[in-house]
Amino acid sequence: MPSLKDLRNRIASVKATQKITKAMQMVAAAKLRRAQTAAEAARPYAERMAAVLGNIASGVIVGPETPRLLAGTGSDRVHLLVVCTAERGLCGAFNSSIARLARDHANRLMAEGKTVKIICVGKKGYDILRRQFVQQIIELIDLRSVRQLGFEQGDMIAQKVLARFEAGEFDVATLFYSRFRSVIAQIPTAQQIIPAQIEATGTSSDAVYDYEPDEGEILTTLLPRNLTVQIFRALLENAASEQGARMSAMDSATRNAGEMIKKQTMTYNRSRQAMITKELIEIISGAEAL
Amino acid sequence: MATFNFELVSPERVLFSGDVDAVVLPATEGDMTVLAGHSPVMTALKTGFLVITSTPGNGRRILVRGGFADVNQNGLTVLAERALPEEELTQEILDHEILTAEMHYDASNEPATKQAAESAIAQLREAKAALNF
Repeated sequence: MPSLKDLRNRIASVKATQKITKAMQMVAAAKLRRAQTAAEAARPYAERMAAVLGNIASGVIVGPETPRLLAGTGSDRVHLLVVCTAERGLCGAFNSSIARLARDHANRLMAEGKTVKIICVGKKGYDILRRQFVQQIIELIDLRSVRQLGFEQGDMIAQKVLARFEAGEFDVATLFYSRFRSVIAQIPTAQQIIPAQIEATGTSSDAVYDYEPDEGEILTTLLPRNLTVQIFRALLENAASEQGARMSAMDSATRNAGEMIKKQTMTYNRSRQAMITKELIEIISGAEAL
Repeated sequence: MATFNFELVSPERVLFSGDVDAVVLPATEGDMTVLAGHSPVMTALKTGFLVITSTPGNGRRILVRGGFADVNQNGLTVLAERALPEEELTQEILDHEILTAEMHYDASNEPATKQAAESAIAQLREAKAALNF
């Protein structure tokens, strides 16, 4: 039986923890709003880009002249996984669910006898994946110093991926991130980025397009940019998802702390009452014995 | 004057969306003006000012860096890698842009990219002069 002092201390410590989780929840809520607006603001660009690209690509016949970013290298021996996670923990299953998706993917590929290389964006994913894939991880991109995600970060990662692709280090690249559905639902997603997957647009116009400069040249500049946009978008979605996950994780932590405080207070009051009763009995029986 | 739908989007936000009379684009092959009923065209953009005219004799200038313009029957869509409205431009931003362009110039060996960077630098210097910095 813990003493009254123990109980008091315990209650005080849970209360302090609750204050922290509550504060974290509110910070996450404020950040979430900003991240969500950013993710939504980026959507039109990505959508237009996809539409424009789909428009051009639907008219392209895959041949030796086609850019390799669209047609692929012709083999799928080496796979690159770009795993985007958060830099911080305490956000529920956010990091681990992305890492799990990537791990399953990597295991499946390795079982098929393919070579797997991993680029980690974000320290948390690296911490999880490093246990199993030390040899496969070729790079860790740290975004901890970045306060506001900008297009530059997407560009920076895309350039790194492109440089490796140009050097022939891999054939297929897949991007792992968490899509933001709502505060309580974040969906870990795997998206193939190289070769580019183009959705055929149903509204492809019959009108003859003029291209300035020519079609091929536009495609060669458009494809790397598309890669950047996809990565940038993944980063933004991830940022929103992270805050959403943290918010709900901290919300339930706050609630659990509240329950614990209630229970502990009850025990505290009971044992206090029990002690008073015990003392009273002692006094009364002492008086009776006289 | 006939108007058409124009949208200017950068990765971070939608800068302009609405009906306009004319838009002047800094296309790689030279500036071009898009009016209503323009034939479908797809062009790459270089660094330079994009001018939006929604009322006669009244233009709004936006500095764009790299991107694409897509003209189709629905109107004009410009995807700019970076877009800055004239009123948001400051000397610092321009200096930074010039520095980046110069770095691109120094970093590349291909004549095509070198030329593009060179013209970007020239454009930015011109913009700086025009805005009296």
